[in-house]
Amino acid sequence: MSAAARIVLVLVLVAFPLIGGDFYINLASQIFIAALFATSLNLLVGYGGLVSLGHAAWIGLAAYTSAWLYLHLGLRHWITAPLALVNTTLIAGLFGWIALRATGLGFLMITLALSQVLWGTAYRWAAVTNGDNGLSGLTRPAPFGISLDGPAAFYYFSLTVTIVAVWMMARLVNSPFGAALRGSRDESRRMSALGHNVWLVRWLTFVYSGFWGAVAGLLFVYYHKYIHPTALSLTSSAEVLLGVIAGGAGTIAGPIVGAAIVLILKNYVSAYLDRWNMLLGAVFVVIVIFMPDGIVPGIRRWSARLRKT
Amino acid sequence: MQFWIVQSLNSLALGGLLFLLATGFSLIFGLMRIANLTHGALFMLGAYVGVTTLKFVPNLWLAALIAGLLVALFGGLLERSILRRLAGNALGQVLVTLGVSFIVADFCLIVWGGDPIPIAAPTSLQRPIVVGNIAFPAYRLVVLGIAIITAIALHLLMERTRLGAMIRAGVDDMQMARAVGVPVSRLFTTVFCLGAALAGAGGVIAGPIMSAYPGLDADMLPLALIVVILGGVGSLLGAFVGSFVIAIIYTFGSALLPDLAYVILFLPMIVVIAFRPRGLFGRRST
Amino acid sequence: MTPALQITGLRKAFGGLPAMNGVSLEVLQGERRLIIGPNGAGKTTLFNLITGDLAPDAGAIRLFGEEVSHLKCHQRAHRGVARTYQIITLFPKDTLEHNIVLALLGMSSVRWNAFRPLAVETSLCEEARRVLGLVGLERSATRMIGEVAYGEKRRVEIAMALAQKPKLLLLDEPLAGLSLEERVAVKALIAAIPRDVTVVMIEHDMDTALDLAERITVLHYGSVIVEGTRSEVVTDPKTHEVYLGA
Repeated sequence: MSAAARIVLVLVLVAFPLIGGDFYINLASQIFIAALFATSLNLLVGYGGLVSLGHAAWIGLAAYTSAWLYLHLGLRHWITAPLALVNTTLIAGLFGWIALRATGLGFLMITLALSQVLWGTAYRWAAVTNGDNGLSGLTRPAPFGISLDGPAAFYYFSLTVTIVAVWMMARLVNSPFGAALRGSRDESRRMSALGHNVWLVRWLTFVYSGFWGAVAGLLFVYYHKYIHPTALSLTSSAEVLLGVIAGGAGTIAGPIVGAAIVLILKNYVSAYLDRWNMLLGAVFVVIVIFMPDGIVPGIRRWSARLRKT
Repeated sequence: MQFWIVQSLNSLALGGLLFLLATGFSLIFGLMRIANLTHGALFMLGAYVGVTTLKFVPNLWLAALIAGLLVALFGGLLERSILRRLAGNALGQVLVTLGVSFIVADFCLIVWGGDPIPIAAPTSLQRPIVVGNIAFPAYRLVVLGIAIITAIALHLLMERTRLGAMIRAGVDDMQMARAVGVPVSRLFTTVFCLGAALAGAGGVIAGPIMSAYPGLDADMLPLALIVVILGGVGSLLGAFVGSFVIAIIYTFGSALLPDLAYVILFLPMIVVIAFRPRGLFGRRST
Repeated sequence: MTPALQITGLRKAFGGLPAMNGVSLEVLQGERRLIIGPNGAGKTTLFNLITGDLAPDAGAIRLFGEEVSHLKCHQRAHRGVARTYQIITLFPKDTLEHNIVLALLGMSSVRWNAFRPLAVETSLCEEARRVLGLVGLERSATRMIGEVAYGEKRRVEIAMALAQKPKLLLLDEPLAGLSLEERVAVKALIAAIPRDVTVVMIEHDMDTALDLAERITVLHYGSVIVEGTRSEVVTDPKTHEVYLGA
């Protein structure tokens, strides 16, 4: 992206709440959360070549931890937030240790099974999660005394967090560690022979990805002020994975675009049709068959061809 | 005492149902190298097709047979029309099966609605078996029997027939199988249909115990996944043992610690993955 | 002086089929050793066992006196083992320079930095170009591996291993598939490897390989059949039986 385009983008993002209505401001906040979440999964899928079908675990764990600490222990947000992040990241460390015993489809199956265990537990462990009723009665934090209850305030809050998070993850991708991660994706045997600890590179990425997933989870629970087991469901994991793949795994812009499209689609379809699952499934099939590289690489190829002619 | 006996029998019945589901999943994975994530949805589709079939054919076994055939037909179409196009792209195939599972689940919701639909056991099996002061539903024992018969039939199929020999060859070494002239393409379709049929019929047979309800797919798929992770991919024995181990843990977990039944499922999985990533009976790592 | 590589009673079987049948051998520091043998003799398996790609069923592997059988592949790389592959194993979508940088990173603690852009590490890029210069490819540094000719990929394989500054270099058929002129070039390249590097080489092309090696080991069905100097091995009737006579 050119410098001019970046400046225009930032101006549009900053000015948006001044022009858009509440509905659109809230939609934009949700897009930021989804984009951050998809970007964290993209570290594994796009750069690590590790396709996880259990990424919803991190949104759910962080959201439930934060909500439970707030409701049951009455802790304040500045304590619950770091505790939720630590708890989720620790569990990501454990899950990563288990799931990375395998790669490829084995990894996919294990991440799916692990997150389904959490999903089932969220439904049944009513003493902690309040089961199918979910946890409600939550509030948004007020950092430095600024209330985030208004749509515009929350918009700027989630925008800031998302920009910082995406920037940090983009730094990783372009760093020496990122190069080692991509190398491990492409030729893991060669990387080991070159002295890279492929397993550790993958595990650290898994944990880092879980951490940013947890950050997305906090934004998610602050936005909705409510958390329900469906946040942990296979549908949630599938939605974020679809965003990554549809937009273009292994690019920074791809998952952001993909997550935005999935979220907008979901909002409109749920509002008018109530057939989201069928559409989600159909889009999955169509993308995988006809656009396996994703939208962003597709557009890039297309515009490169235009420029040549 | 009564509690332990009844729960043990319950877990045997659940183990039987899990076996019907997981064995097809395991064979498809072993042979085609894809995790068929529609498998839970095929189980649910089978249950619902059974509901409708029972309105016309008042016999559960016949309904299970018909549902099995219809679901097999659907599975065959899926394999031929979509998975075939993505040959060599295992990840793409898995994602497509995930997409199709959402479509199937939503389709069931449209056609059969959101309320659970009970399926009655055959009248002859509705009376419980009473031994001493313990009453136990006869139907569950029959389910166990069906699973055992199916396991024996599959074992004979694998060990004694030409089809079974080809499947074993494909599971062990696909390139070699191709080289010695195994018709891989037809074999894939056959095994996919077989797995789908078992799942579909299993859904109907599960009906009197579980009913048909939205979410049945999402409840069953993780259990099947854990069975296969535990038992090993492509192994009949692994699917059999894994099904009963998971069923026992799940049933007793649900009865003793209902809140944490799922967490308890997680423990055997960690142990097996940590110490034997191929699963208890798997030849190849997942 | 402790030998660079000391292998005793090494065994490995694949599903009941023995591939390595109790191999023992010793390579001195600075030596040039050639390993020959017919197809299926276990030559590449031996390399995979030395590098840690495979775990042995029995036996010991000592590198400069240290027992390394329990060490992982990357740990052995850090103890000075580098290798090339018989089947080209490079990163086709990356530039030649990036391929070498990955090799340099493997030996550098910079590889754990997840924040500083790789592009800032100019010393790595300079070093990568210097290494590419050693194999005569500095001009192609910015080309993709996928775009360069086979012979050039072979040279990148060697450059990557050299970039690791190995103490023990394992070359798996470095001349395979090369034209006559390319052979001469790669041969000169191998001959120019400094003497403090121990080189073990698998090669089918006897005429070329025999010039480079001081001692030769003949493997057959996972066992050492003959071992000795060039002339000893060439005149041994067992060599003719299993290899030259064929």
